[in-house]
Amino acid sequence: MAERTVTVSLRTGLQARPAALFVQEANKFSCEVTLEKDGKSVNAKSIMGVMSLVIPRGAVITLRAQGNDEDQAVERLAAMVSAEE
Amino acid sequence: MDKYVTVAELCDELSLEVAAGEEGLERRIGTAEINRPGLALTGFLKYFPSERVQVIGRSEMAFLSSLPQAEAMERLQRVFAYENLPCVVITRDLEVTEDLVAVAAEAKVPLLHTTLSTPRLIAKLTSFLDLRLAPETLVHGVLVDVYGIGILMVGASGIGKSETALELLKRGHRMVADDAVEIRKIGEDTLVGTAPPLLQHLLEIRGLGVLNAMTLFGAGAIRTHKRIEMMIELEAWQDDRSYDRLGLDENKRKILDFELTCLTVPVRPGRNLAIIIEVAAMNQRLKRMGYHAARELSEKLMSSMVEQDD
Repeated sequence: MAERTVTVSLRTGLQARPAALFVQEANKFSCEVTLEKDGKSVNAKSIMGVMSLVIPRGAVITLRAQGNDEDQAVERLAAMVSAEE
Repeated sequence: MDKYVTVAELCDELSLEVAAGEEGLERRIGTAEINRPGLALTGFLKYFPSERVQVIGRSEMAFLSSLPQAEAMERLQRVFAYENLPCVVITRDLEVTEDLVAVAAEAKVPLLHTTLSTPRLIAKLTSFLDLRLAPETLVHGVLVDVYGIGILMVGASGIGKSETALELLKRGHRMVADDAVEIRKIGEDTLVGTAPPLLQHLLEIRGLGVLNAMTLFGAGAIRTHKRIEMMIELEAWQDDRSYDRLGLDENKRKILDFELTCLTVPVRPGRNLAIIIEVAAMNQRLKRMGYHAARELSEKLMSSMVEQDD
């Protein structure tokens, strides 16, 4: 299992459009990916789940992945949310 | 000249009588605009739109009869002399004078006659010509009316457009055209689709062959034409392609230079397309009434983020 905790730096946080992009990216990997915030964990491939967490800029989230491409998935998604734009 | 209607077709459609100038019935009308030649009859022929159908009503007639006969003849001759003049219509069952008949016959311009009043005739002429002269194209797809929304389904051959139409028919919706849809642009912002005359009411289902939707499902199952409000593209599910998950942004597709809202719906076994199309139609109605689920969610999410910040 791969795990990483990151601070969300996206200027707008994970609003609807960025959340959709995030989920789209997560869906490119075959491993199971979850996203946790404040003790609540959701499937990172589910748009409704990701939005339900309400993740603004500055939130601290933990990404966990399990499967073939777990390392790449965690790395790619962490990079995505910690980018400024 | 691109599209045209012959004067003979116009006479048939609007039941106009030919009073003179039968030789000119094959003249072509290429514009839906109508002209009343009052000013031209006064002798002012600069900018005279001779390519339009000319309508002579009570005021033009009254004006002509106020002139000395020779002068009236000469004015008429000058108007009828235009090579591209399609025809002249006399309205209100006004008497067609011998002078008019003589001038029209000499110029070989059809002189037509109707009992309709001038405004009624102009309204009928304009809507008939607008329809017949509208830009037109043929699209491979299926046009259905679902809850009053005209939906053009497109997609590769064999993807299941006709089968989906069949399921929609079973559910009480209506079909306009299967396989080939003739689309006309009427005015600036309206696309209207019909079936080619030969294919009206027919659909083809692989394994069954050609079926008649009207005889199978009844007169309530078909429509002759429908305004197209959205387009749904069916495509085989591709794992590496991302599909719209939110519905915040509308994709547009151009038909006859008109931008039509377009959804792409991936098809795979077990997905009930008819239900998806029904819901897309209902959602389109909601949007038209001002409710947009995706936008509302997005706004709620934004305000929740602001609250968390505080």
